[in-house]
Order: sequence, then structure tokens, then C-alpha cells
Amino acid sequence: MSRLQMVVNDRAVDLDVPDSRFLSEVLREDLGLTGTKIGCNEAECGICTVLVNGTPVVSCTYPAFKASGTRVETIEGLSTDDNLHPLQQAFLDHGAVQCGICTPGMIMTSKALLDEKLAMGEVPSENDIKAALKDTYCRCTGYQSVISAVKQASGQDIPPYIPKTVSAGFEVGRAKPNPDALAKIRGQAKFTDDYHFPGMLYARTLRAGVPHARIGSIDTSAARALAGVRAVLTHEDVPGRNLHGIVDLDWPVLCSDKVRYSGDAVAVVAADSESIATQALELIKVDYEELTAVTDAVSALNSGASVVHEGRADGNLLKHIKVKKGDVATGFDQADVIVDRTYRTPTTEHMFLEPECAIGVPAGYDPAKFGGAFDKDAVRGITAIHDKLSIYVGSQIPYLDRDQAAAALGREPDQVRVVATLMGGGFGGKEDIAGQIHVALLSEATDRPVKMLYSRQESLLFHPKRHATVIRIRTGATSEGRLTAVAATLYGDGGAYASLSEKVLTRATTHASGPYDVPHVKVDCFAAYTNNAPCGAFRGFGVSQSCFAVESNMDILAEKLGLDAVEFRRRNTLDVGLVTATGQKMRESVGLNECISRVNRDMRNNDFQWSWQEGRSHFAWGFAVAYKNTGLGGGAPDKSSAQVELWAGPGQDIRAEVRTTAAELGQGLPAVLAACTAEELGIPAKCVNVLLGDTDYCPDGGPTTASRQTFVTGNAARHAARSLTDLLSPVAGKLLACDPGQVEFNDGCFRVAGNSISLAEVVRAASGSGIPTVAEYEYWAPKTEPLGTGGDMHFAFGFCAQAVLCEVNGDTGEVHVRKVVAAHDVGRAINPLTLEGQIEGGIVMCIGYALTEHYIQEQALPWTSVMARYKMPGIGHTPSIISHIVEHPTSSGPYGAKGVGELPSIPTSAAITNAIYRATGVRVRSLPVDQDGLLRAMRAGEKEVELGWGDLEPIPVVTLGGEK
Amino acid sequence: MVDTSRISGLDRISIEHDHIVIGCAVTHTQIVREQSIRRSGTCLVESCGVIGGPQVRNVATLAGNVAHAMPAGDGSIGLLALNGEIEVADAAGCRWMPLQDAFLGPGKSAIDPRRALLTRLRFRPTVAGEASAFTRVMRPQGVALPMISMAARLQVDGDNTITAVRISLGPAGPVPHLARPAMDLLKGRPAVLQEFKKAADAVLASVALRNSKHRATREYREEMIRTQLPMILTRAAERARGSQVVPQGLGL
Repeated sequence: MSRLQMVVNDRAVDLDVPDSRFLSEVLREDLGLTGTKIGCNEAECGICTVLVNGTPVVSCTYPAFKASGTRVETIEGLSTDDNLHPLQQAFLDHGAVQCGICTPGMIMTSKALLDEKLAMGEVPSENDIKAALKDTYCRCTGYQSVISAVKQASGQDIPPYIPKTVSAGFEVGRAKPNPDALAKIRGQAKFTDDYHFPGMLYARTLRAGVPHARIGSIDTSAARALAGVRAVLTHEDVPGRNLHGIVDLDWPVLCSDKVRYSGDAVAVVAADSESIATQALELIKVDYEELTAVTDAVSALNSGASVVHEGRADGNLLKHIKVKKGDVATGFDQADVIVDRTYRTPTTEHMFLEPECAIGVPAGYDPAKFGGAFDKDAVRGITAIHDKLSIYVGSQIPYLDRDQAAAALGREPDQVRVVATLMGGGFGGKEDIAGQIHVALLSEATDRPVKMLYSRQESLLFHPKRHATVIRIRTGATSEGRLTAVAATLYGDGGAYASLSEKVLTRATTHASGPYDVPHVKVDCFAAYTNNAPCGAFRGFGVSQSCFAVESNMDILAEKLGLDAVEFRRRNTLDVGLVTATGQKMRESVGLNECISRVNRDMRNNDFQWSWQEGRSHFAWGFAVAYKNTGLGGGAPDKSSAQVELWAGPGQDIRAEVRTTAAELGQGLPAVLAACTAEELGIPAKCVNVLLGDTDYCPDGGPTTASRQTFVTGNAARHAARSLTDLLSPVAGKLLACDPGQVEFNDGCFRVAGNSISLAEVVRAASGSGIPTVAEYEYWAPKTEPLGTGGDMHFAFGFCAQAVLCEVNGDTGEVHVRKVVAAHDVGRAINPLTLEGQIEGGIVMCIGYALTEHYIQEQALPWTSVMARYKMPGIGHTPSIISHIVEHPTSSGPYGAKGVGELPSIPTSAAITNAIYRATGVRVRSLPVDQDGLLRAMRAGEKEVELGWGDLEPIPVVTLGGEK
Repeated sequence: MVDTSRISGLDRISIEHDHIVIGCAVTHTQIVREQSIRRSGTCLVESCGVIGGPQVRNVATLAGNVAHAMPAGDGSIGLLALNGEIEVADAAGCRWMPLQDAFLGPGKSAIDPRRALLTRLRFRPTVAGEASAFTRVMRPQGVALPMISMAARLQVDGDNTITAVRISLGPAGPVPHLARPAMDLLKGRPAVLQEFKKAADAVLASVALRNSKHRATREYREEMIRTQLPMILTRAAERARGSQVVPQGLGL
């Protein structure tokens, strides 16, 4: 132990700490300053940055004793109750706060820069900002808003970047910060790991470590005997269903007979400390009989391949997905030019900056028993009575978590409560069960609260990724530039468990002819089980993969036809009246041509050239388009419920609360729900509180996936608000002394024939006479039809076009995206500020997909075992982004809105490789772009690159049309 | 673990006799900001300025980079071109040794972590007619290690003839590599691009670069030596001839 004396946020601190303790642990655990967040514990992500004597350091690896005698500043010390620091205000104004997990580190790192520049009487340049924040990562914003916020905070007059939209309504269409942003910039926002319950135990999971093996025996006796261990559970201790899964129940809670990937859970331990739990894991003995691992989707389907799930009729074939329209043989006969290529996309990792964390609290938990009290305000204002087993977790699907945990416990769903905490990013990666069931089991077994926090490394190992695919695609067109046929075969690596593979790869399949009018289409997709990490939902949901192939082929075709790449696309775009590959006739809201026109106009201004050279740098533009469904589609019941309650204070004071379990992962849903509710009620959005995710207090908003929440829960909130005013009409009628049937509600007042009364007065009267002022609405999205029926598979699609300007270094092959011009048809912009955040963040995420990201597995073991081995885009990758919002309303959407969460992250990769081709003459058919391979191809005069360095296996030969 | 950051004198950069002396607690940030090193040890600033991110450079030290003994440790490559030395303290006292003697193999240092301490590092600053430069190429995916790093220190006389030169690079073998055949070739030759290209060829003839999985192909590394080594030699020569020294690539 050493004595640690330091000043933290102007407060003297005097502690005895072990020599092994890091500064982040002292701040978070000893001082309760949980505003400092932990993303990796390996000095990679920078979100734990604090200032020591004014210098930014990563507190996760900064030995606490080094801080002795210093002045430490954390986010909590930045503002007083009344005054925000200029950086905090600017982050708020510019929408530079999304999920909020990186925000404290981002602000503190920026503060050091500003302080230093201020002392020199300078303002930071864009380069200064990029250099200072180089290793402070944000997975949501795309950094453009961060850069402009830091500039503004330094006194430069930089307004927030908000694209033009159609005229705003009362609240809808107005740019405003997300309502939860204020707590996030102050370091007050609580993510799961920020909760502490007196008497809490710490849990860890024993993972297989081998990709494919039969379990002989599991011996936990030594672990159970270790002092401080409170419970060790294996499959034998799962009282109910030992399986979970969003679509197929194939994923063991705790493995019994077999492990199918190296991240499989075999046992869980709860102990007095995390280090004891870790020691206990080492004492558990498991005998494995190792089996041959299945390492990729193509070989998985070979006869004689090792079988991942025994007893399935189709062996490793998880699903064969088919799309057929017209007759492709006829279509190719009509083609003058046919392009036939095979593409490959990598497994990628969400890298949400908050690793998974769950806390189980047993029924009847009383903190007083452990000498503590639980601050009820700490749980977002909800009373902290634990009358049933409760699970605190940042989840994209709270009700499904509840149901799955209950099933594992052998209980009814209503005997479990899920309290959704804030989520530090999700991107689809927090849909499957992580620690939810394990903490439920452990807290039942120990009758104590149990926290299970995954390390970054465990998160990388465990959670479902984006599917690696191999896509062969054949595209035919006439010499006039009209598409005649698309035939494609896709192989998708689903990994060890089904997760959402079937749905994701269905989307890859149905979108595999692009947002085009193609008369003849045949697509076959083979989703396979392997012993790799499971793959599931990830922003883009399969369309990211097929779009890369589709849009690459489109550029190759355009060149062969001697047509401009934009013009060729324009001759084939989907429009109202045309039919998709699945047979859906578009009836409205197809803004693709407007997106193309707007981007094309911006790209071609001044002295436009597709490509040019400056010194050793090759510059070129690349272009691509995309579309993406809003909502679950395919006949799945797509519904969401919301509840709206009103309270009136004195005078015109009125407050509303909208409740649902739709999840906020940083995309800005609370702002959307507040705006929709406020618009209907005619009250300011700031008077609307948004409560998300508590299954005992909020109705089911369904999964936060498929870009659906603005549409479905936006509608649910809107209808709930309307139902509530309908409910209050009789009260208003009484007060206005008229027939309630004559009362109309608009602009915040009940009206009848020139007479009116405010909502506040009516609510007050209703409350006074015991009439409920709450209404709930279950919104059902328009019905969709299953694939293969030819009916409407989806109720809406978003469309976009993006042009990117790339620079390729002719000496090194390094690729930089310098500029992006984008246009997105979103139906209607509910909140242009948070919308722009989604667009910029999506574009930068897709730059990562194109250039930096690759979750590498070798022989079904992750080589990407630490964050240092997975590069996501940093602030240095941020291009300048010009964004157009196109609003072709969809009639059933709230105010015309459709989904946008995934759309911006889809076409950028193809636009980049299209640009690289123009810049260098080399077509890259494999992501991520490998500068090593690209440069070698440039030197050798090779026209196409199909592999990256380190890819041991060649691209497999994929046959077209045949069914395997 | 030994924390040296509070040992008086070891957290400073000083000029002693003919040397710039860097204490073992000096961080990369201190080096990057030090005007005398920016001017007279530019390749060290350029190499220390690309290590990690700013938060890491605020804490991590050049001594740590050297003691880590990685074949492509950026700071080590920079200091090697400057003909740096290190001071090792143990029970027998303190002694200076050439930097290259500190490296035994990948991650293997000649400094015994249980008995000895690397206390200071030093190099002779470049003088008029002399300058240095560094560059590195990173792989944007996966492992956070350079595909190749290289540094050069070069002296020219009034006729633009090379009177002294050192070239270091890595990874090119188990330890940071000093490219002696190329150095021998350049000495006495004019400081022009054509000669620098010959020097690159001499490097390629004398080192066995490797394919390393997930990092770089041999062929790519060879190409980097072919293009990037003449580039930094040219830059060093321009600086040596008196053009203003602006360190390149810092913080990226």
C-alpha cells in the first residue's frame, strides 16, 4: 500500500491504495467519480482521459501512485451547477454527444488543448484538434461535430452543422440536443458499470478457449473451495431452459455437452472481488475432446465437414435464402455486356466503447442489510424497491432479455424486471444475451447483487460480429445502359450460433440487386454455421456486404459501356411504380433520384474531374448509392407501444412523460420521442421527459434494430399522445360547456367554436376529479409479407447517394478519404441535429469498413484478441462531409419519417473502392482495402486485387445459379 | 516496477559538453517539444512524435522504448541514426554504452531488469551542414506496429558531398538495424537523389526483410525502402544544406 495524496477537482484527497491500483480505479471506485469511463483498459481508446497537472493521460493504465502530489481534473470538476464549461456547451450545441460514453474523455482531452492554446494566446487549428484527439475514439459521431465543437469552444464562431430541411413544425423538424446529453457532458450519466449496490458481488465467465470440442467433465470443486467465492454455476445449475437465441434457440446459457466457439460460456463465478472470481476461473477443470474446427462458410457446406450442431437435417447449412424474379437466363441473353466478379467482405466488430455489463439484483434486496442505502435517484428517478429479480443492463431488446432470463430461471416473464441503463453504443451488438442470464442465476444463487462486467478483450471474444461474406455477382446490361439481369450467390459465415444470421443474410440477399429496376434477378444465399464467433446484427444488417458487391459491379459495367457512372445508375434507379427484386411495387417515398442529383451537382461543381494527380498523390471521386428497409419486414409482426402521461402544475405549467422500452444507443431516440409527443400535445419538447427501458414501468417498444424506432415508436408516441387528448376531450367539453364530440384539440388547446381551454387546465381538472391522465398506444406498422410471396416485404425504404473524394499515396498505397458528399432520403427529418450525427457517424463507420476494420480469426481462434489489434476510424480519418437531407415522406411514418440508423453506413465502402479504381487503375474486390496489396498491384500493373495480406486462403470458387 | 519519474535530474533534457542528454523519465512529449532536439536531433522528434497517441506520449518515455528492445521501436530507430548512447547504472556504477549494444533480440534487452537501470540517453546534436529525418509507414488494420520505420543522419560539405551518414531501420532483423553497407556507399558521394536510390538498393542487397503476417509483405517493405529511404535522405540533405527544419508527421 502507498499513501496517495492528491487534489482531485480542487478537493484534497488522502488515501491508502495498493501499488497495483490504477488512477481510473481510484477515481471510479474509491472516490465514486464514475464520470471517467473505461473502454479498453489497454491505453488504446482514450475515453478514460483525465488531466494530471493539466496534462492528459489515460487513467486506465496510469499507476495511481504516480498521481501523488498532483492536481487531477475529471469531467465532474468542469462545471458548476449553473455554469457549463464552454466545451460542454459547444458539445451540446453541436450534437457532439451521442451515446456519451466517450464524451468525458473527449472533453477532457480537448480541455487540455484549449488550456494550452489559451495560455499561448492562440486558437487551435483543425490539425491541432486532430492531433490532440488522435487516440481518443468515438464510435458514434464521426468526429465532424467534435471538431466544430472544439473550435467553437475556443472562441471561433463556428455554428453547428445542420443541413437544410423542409419547414419545421412546432417541434418536429427542429434541431435540438438529445435530452440526455446534459447529464452526459457533466459526467453524471450512469452506464451499467457506474451502478454500485451495497453487498454487490463480482462475476466472471469461464470461456471455452477452444473453438470446437466435446466436454468430458467439468470439475468446479477447487474453485468453490476458494475463499471469497460465493457461487460457481455450470449447466447443471440452470433451473429452466438452458438455451437462448433471438430467432433460433440454439445458444446454451452454459455449455453442457459441447463448445462451438472459443467464447462459449462453460461456467460462471460470483465472488467478493473480480480478482477472486478470476482466480476461481483458473481452478475450474474442464476436459475437452477437441473436434475439427469449421473455419469458413464455404468449406462448412462441403460434405464431410465437421458438424457444428448435430441433429440438424441440413448439417451446417443454417439457411438457404432465395430471391427470384423473372428469368435470369433471358435477362443475360438480352445483355450486351455482362460483368461477373467475386467479392469478399470481412468479419467486423461493433467496438461500442462500453463493454457489456449486467447487474442482477435479487428479489427482496435490502441495501440496509449490507450497511448501505440505495439512492433512488440513481436509477433514473425510479424507485429502487426490488420486489422481484431485477437485471440492470444496457440492452437493445429489454423485453426479450426479460423473457429469456425468465425462461432460463424457469419462471414467468413477469417475475423478472429488466431495467435498461444507458448504453455506450450498440450498433446491433447488444441485441443478443450477454451476461443478463448469468447475473440473474448468480444473484438468485447468492441472494446478493452481482455485477458482471466484460473486459474489452472478453467482449471481443464473445459477442456476435458482422458476417464475413463471399459474394459472386453477375450483372448484365444493354448497350443503352439498362440493367437486364442480376444473378448472385452469397456465402455468409454465421459463426457458432444462429443469432440473427437468417434475418441479416436475408437482407443481404433481398438487397443484392441494389436500388435498381432489374427485370430478372436470381440470388441464392447460403448462411452457414462455423466455429467462428457468432455473427448477428450490425448496422447495415447484411446490406453493407451486398452493396459493396452491387455497387462495384455497377462501376465496372458503366466503364465497359462507356457511360458515366452516375448516369448509368440514373437510368436504372428504382422509382415510384417500379418493382424490387422481391416483387414489391414502390408506391411512394422513393427519393433516390433526388439524392443522386443533389450529390452529383455538388460533386461536379467548379472544374470537376473524376481523377487527377498532384505530385505522388492520386486523387479520384467514387460514387455509390444504397437503400435499406425500415422495420422488421418479411411478415414479422412489427409493433411498438408507448405510454404518455401528463401532469399540470400551477398556471400553464405542464409536464409530460413518454415511456417505452425502445432503446437509446446514441442514435438520438429520446429527442425524436420528445418531439413527436410535444408536437401532438402542442407543448415544448423540453417539457417532455423520456423514460426508456424499464420493463415494469414502460410498455414494450420491441427491438431497437432495423432502423425502426423513429418509425414505430415515433408513431406509438404520437398516437399515445393523441389518445390522451381524446381521453381528455370529455373533461374539456365539460369545462367548455359543450358536447365533447365538438371539441377539437390543436396547438396545445382544446377548442370549440372560438372558445378554447389549455391542456394544462384540462389536465388539472382531470387530475382533480381522479380522471387518469395517461394513455398507452400499441402501434402496429403496416403489414408486410414474407419473402417469396411477391408482396410488400417492407413498409418503407430509405435511399441515399454518396460521393467520396479519395487520395491514394502513389508511394505507399495509403488511402485517405478527403471529402464526402452525401444525400439521404429520410422521409422527414424529425431532429436535423441528431439526424446529422447519424449520417456523419454512419459514413465514418463505413470508412472503417472499407479501410481499417477486420476482426481476424485463424483456425477459428481470434487473432484480434485486444483492441490494439482492431483499428476503427479515429479523428484523423474524418473527411469533410457535406450532407443533404432529402425528404420524400412515407405516408404511414410519423410526419413522413422513415428510418435512417443504418442507411448512411452502407454505400461508403463501395464509393471508396470505386474512387481507388479511378485513382490507381486497380479494382479492389476485398475489404478492408490493403495498402500493401494495392501498391503491389499498382507496381505490377495488375488490374484487380482480391485478397488482403494475411489472408491465407484464396477466395473460394463460387458457382452461380447452382444450389449446393 | 520502478517509477523513475520523480528522481531529480532524470526528468530533464540537458546539454552537457558535446551531447544532448535525456533523462530516463523524460517523456516523448518533452522530447517532441524540446527546441534543441527539434533542431539538432530532428529524426528523434519525428520518431517520438508518432508513438501512440498524445496521452501515451505524455507518460511513456524514450528510455522505455529503448528498454523494450523492439526491432522497430520508433524512438530506438530515431536514436540509432543519431548514434545515440545509453547510460546504465548498476552495482558496479554508471557507464555509457552505444545504443545498438542494448539490443539482443526482439524484446530482449542487454539491460538486466533486476540489477540495472537505464538512467540516461544521449547523442551529439547535429551541427551546421548536418541534419536528420525519420519516417514510418503504418498498416491501417490490425496490429499497431509499423510496417517499416527508417531514419537517417547526414552531413554534407560545401560541395554537397556526404561526409558522414547513418541510416537505421526496422523491422529488418531481430534488433533495430544499422544499414552499414549503404552508409559506406554514400560516404564521399554527392547528396543527390540518384545516390540515395543506390543507397536504398544497397540496403535491399544487405538485409533480409520478412513477410510478417497481418503486418506487411517483404515485397512491400522493399518497395518502401526503395521510395521512402531516398525521400528521407533527400529531406535530411535539404535540412543539412540549410533549409528550415520543420519536423514532419508529428502527432499523426
